[in-house]
Amino acid sequence: MTIFRQAKWNEPIVYEISRDSKEGVLLDEEFRDYALRFLSKLPKHIIRDSLNIPSLSEVEVVRHFTRLSQMSYGVDLGPVPLGSCTMKYNPKICEELASDRRIVEAHPYLDEEDVQGLLEILYTLQKWLAEIVGMDVCSLQTPAGAAGELAGALMIKKYHRDLGEGHRDEMIVPDSAHGSNPASAAMAGFKVVRIPTDPRGNTDIEALRAALSKRTAGVMLTNPNTLGLFEEYIVDIAREVHGIGGLLYYDGANLNGILGYARPGDMGFDVAHLNLHKTFAAPHGGGGPGAGAICAKGALADYLPVPLVEYDGRKYYFKYDVPRTIGRISWFYGNIIPAIKSFLYIATLGPLVKEVAEVANLNTNYMLKKLSALPGVDLVYGYGRWRKHEFVISFEKLYKETGVGAEDVAKALLDRGFHAPTILFPLIVPEAHMIEVTETESRENIDNLINAYKEIINIAYTNPSEIKRSPQNTSVKRLDTVYGNLPKNIALTYRSLKGKTA
Amino acid sequence: MPHPWIPNSYIKNELMKEVGISSILELFNDVPRELLLVKNLNIGFGRPLTEYQLVRVFDNLMKKNAYSYKVPPFLGGGVCFHYVPAVVKHVASRSEFYTAYTPYQPEITQGITRALFEYQSLMADLYAVDVVNASVYNGSTAMAEAVRLTVRVTGRKSAVISRSTHPEVIEVVRTWSEPVGISVSTVDYDRDTGRVDLSELEDQVRKLKPAAVAIQTPNFFGIIEQDLKEVSQVVHENGSLLIVYEDPIFTGILEAPGKLGADIVVGDTSSIGSGLNFGGPSAGILGIRDPEEKLLRQLPGRLIGYTKTVDGEDSGYIMVLQTREQHIRRERATSNITTNSTLEAIKAAVYLTLLGSTGLKKLGESIAGRTAFLVERLKSVGLEPAFKEGVYLREVLFRHPNVSDLRNFLKRHGVYIGPLVDRFYPELSNCGLVCVTEVHSKEDIETLAELVRKFSEVMAS
Repeated sequence: MTIFRQAKWNEPIVYEISRDSKEGVLLDEEFRDYALRFLSKLPKHIIRDSLNIPSLSEVEVVRHFTRLSQMSYGVDLGPVPLGSCTMKYNPKICEELASDRRIVEAHPYLDEEDVQGLLEILYTLQKWLAEIVGMDVCSLQTPAGAAGELAGALMIKKYHRDLGEGHRDEMIVPDSAHGSNPASAAMAGFKVVRIPTDPRGNTDIEALRAALSKRTAGVMLTNPNTLGLFEEYIVDIAREVHGIGGLLYYDGANLNGILGYARPGDMGFDVAHLNLHKTFAAPHGGGGPGAGAICAKGALADYLPVPLVEYDGRKYYFKYDVPRTIGRISWFYGNIIPAIKSFLYIATLGPLVKEVAEVANLNTNYMLKKLSALPGVDLVYGYGRWRKHEFVISFEKLYKETGVGAEDVAKALLDRGFHAPTILFPLIVPEAHMIEVTETESRENIDNLINAYKEIINIAYTNPSEIKRSPQNTSVKRLDTVYGNLPKNIALTYRSLKGKTA
Repeated sequence: MPHPWIPNSYIKNELMKEVGISSILELFNDVPRELLLVKNLNIGFGRPLTEYQLVRVFDNLMKKNAYSYKVPPFLGGGVCFHYVPAVVKHVASRSEFYTAYTPYQPEITQGITRALFEYQSLMADLYAVDVVNASVYNGSTAMAEAVRLTVRVTGRKSAVISRSTHPEVIEVVRTWSEPVGISVSTVDYDRDTGRVDLSELEDQVRKLKPAAVAIQTPNFFGIIEQDLKEVSQVVHENGSLLIVYEDPIFTGILEAPGKLGADIVVGDTSSIGSGLNFGGPSAGILGIRDPEEKLLRQLPGRLIGYTKTVDGEDSGYIMVLQTREQHIRRERATSNITTNSTLEAIKAAVYLTLLGSTGLKKLGESIAGRTAFLVERLKSVGLEPAFKEGVYLREVLFRHPNVSDLRNFLKRHGVYIGPLVDRFYPELSNCGLVCVTEVHSKEDIETLAELVRKFSEVMAS
C-alpha cells in the first residue's frame, strides 16, 4: 500500500486566532488630516463605526494559510484523474512568465498603442485556437467554459431571431452532457430537450432525429462525449441538424482527446467553447479562475461577444464593431493571465499538440484495459470501442456484491495518496467513476493508480467495512454531507456557525 | 517527437503493445475518415520551443508594450492600481492551492474549503450580509447574476440601474438579461452632485415595479452615493430588491451596504489582492441579506458550509446546497456557473486577514485622504472636478477643455490618467478620471499637478 498521510493541523478558524491589537501590514498615515476632513463632509450614518474582522500579524497569516495549503491536494502532489476536468500538469515556466510585472500591472484602460505586445499575444492565441478547432474566429471574452456556453447559446438565439425564426425555442442536449449545457441553454431562455445515449455510447441518432423540428434552435454536443467516446454519427447529425435549420454547438471540455487529430469546425459545428484551464494547461486554482474562448464560423462569427483583438497589418486593436454581436459577456477582455499561460503552452508545443492527444488516449486505453479486467467493474456503454481522453467504469456490480460503492472506492483512493476521479457522473452510468489521467501522467503513476484500484477491490471482497471506513489518512475522515445540508445546521459564515454552536 | 511535459511520449511503442495496437491511428478508427486531419496544425512557431527560447519569445513580446509608469498610474474606471502584498502572492503560489481542482473530495481538500469558508465569513462581515457565495467570475458577472436572482425571487421582469454604475457592468447585465425578456433601464445622475437622481429613480420604480434596483457606490465617476437609505425605502415600498455594488476596499470607512438597506451586495476583488491583470482575473463578490431566507435557495454559485464527520468526532467544511447547481439540477439550476474564482477569493481572504479591521479602516482613510489632497492640488492648477457638489473617493472625474491633449502630454512624461469617459457618456465630452490609491505618495500627486500646470503654460504660449 502506498504510504500517504496528509498533514492535519489543528488550525483554528482565522477568527479564533485573531487579536485586535495586531496588524499584518504597516500603512502610512501621512494623509490622516485630509482623511478626517474628508469624512467630516459626509453624513454620519454612511460612515462605518464598527468592523470586526480578524487581525493577525504577518507571520501568523503566512502560517495559517500555509497550514491550510498542506491540507489541500493538487496536481503537483499526485494524479488528479477527474474525468472531463483534464487536470494536466501546469508547466512552471508558464506560471513564472505570466506573473511578469509587465502583465499583472497592466491597466485595462491603457491605450492600445501602449500594450501592443499584450494584444499580439491575445490576437495570436485567438488565431491558434481558431486553427485548432477549425473555426473562423475566437473571442477570449469568456472568463470560463460555462460563460462560453452562455455566450454560444445567446448567439444561437440571436441568429434565429435575426432570421425571423424566434419561435425556435428548443435546445437539444444528450443525457450524457455536462450539467452546464442544459443550465446554459436554460439561462438563454431555451427549453431543454433531452436525448438518450445508445448502447455503443453515441447520442441516440433515432431519438435525435425524432426530436428535430421547426422549434429546434440547436443541439449541444461534447465530442468525444463524457463517456470518452467519439460520436460516430457526427457527420449525419450535423447534416440533419442543419437540414432543419438548427445549429450545432460544441462543448470543448473534452477537446484534449482529439487535439490535432480532428476539429469541431470540420465536423459541422457552428460554435464552440474551449476551456483554456483544461486543454491548454492553465491551472484550475482550486476551482478557478479559468479562462474560456468562444469560437464560431460562417454567419455565427458575426455574433461573437466583443471586443475581439484585431490586426490591421500595422497595429493590434480591440474590435467592437462586430455586426450582430451579442454584446459583452464580461467586462474588459477576459481572464488574461490564464489566457497567457495557454499561449505559452501552445507556443512551447507547437505541432506537438498531437502528442498530447495520442498519449492522453494511450494512457486512457491502457488504464481502461487494466481496470475493466478487475472484478466488480463494468463498462455499461461502448464495449470494444477505443476511448479518447477519458473512460467511465461502473461499480454497480461491486456494490451489489460487497456493499462498497463508487463513493467508497473514491475515498479509499484518497487514502492511497491519489485524488479520486469524477464520481457518480455521467448520470446514465450507475456507481460511475469517470477517469481522465491526461497525457502528463507517467506509466509508473498510472500503474500505481491501477494497483490502488486492485487493492481496494480486493479488500472490498474480503473486508468491505475497511473500505467503507475510508478515508483515514486525509486531514479529516469522511464528512457527513447530510448533516451540513440540514436546514437547522446550515452554517455558511463564522458568525452563523458561532450562533449555532453557542 | 516526445516532449518532457508528456512522460509517456517516450514509451509510446511500449504502451501501444500493451493496448494491442500497431498504429496510433487505430485509436481514432471511430472518427470518420474525412474528418481526420492529415496536415499539421498551423500553430505555435512551427516547432517546439525550448524553455529558454520561450522566455526569449515572451520577453520580445513584452518589449513591444510601450507603457512605462514613471509614477504609479492614476488610471481608473472601476479598477485602480492597488498594492498586492508579497504574502498574498506567496500564499497563492502554493501549488497545493493553485493546482487543485474544485473541492469535490473535501476530505483531501480541507485547506480550500476552509479558506473559502473564511472568505465567505470575511465578506459577509465587510458587507454586513448573511451569506456570500464562494465567488463568481468578477464584479460584472456578479451584477448580472444578482439581477437574474432578483427576477427569480420576485417573478418580475425588469431591472433599473443607476446610469453612473460602471458602463461595462451595465452592458454585461444587458447581455445576460435582455435576450430572456428582462428589460433593463437606467436612471440618470444629478448634474451637480454626480449622485443618482432620486426623483427620477422614484418615478421609474413606481412606474415599472422592477425586480431590482441596482446602484454602485462610489459610482463610476468616483462619487459617493449618499442616499442609499432613501433609495432603499423607495425600492422596498414597491416590492423590489436593492442591489448595491461597492468595491470592498471602501468597507473600512463607508457604512456597510447591508446596513443601509441592500438586499444583495456585489463587488470585485481586483482592489484586495487580485491586482489589475489587464482586466482579469479577479473574483466577483455576491452576497445576500436574507433574514427571511427568501434568497438563499435562488443564490447561484458554490457555497461552503460547516459539517461533522460521519463518525461525529471531528468537523470540516464541504460544498453545501448543491441542489441549486448545474451538475445536479441541470436545466433547473440557478446558474450555469461551474469554474469560479476560488484562488482569487483565497487571495482576498489572505489580504483581508493581513489588514484586519484596523488596517482596512486605515487603508480606507489613506485613500480618502489622498483623494481630498488630489482634488485640492488639481484645483490649484486649474483642474475642476466635473461635479462641484459631489464627494469623490479614490476616483475623481475632472473637466478640462483639452482633456485628450492633457492626457497625452502626461503620458509622454510617464504619468497615466484616464480613461476619458465620453465613449460611455457623450455629454461628458471633456471629462476624464484620475484615480489615487495607497500607492501614490505626496510627491507623485505633486508631480501630476506640476505637469498639469506645465501643460497649461505650454497651451497658453
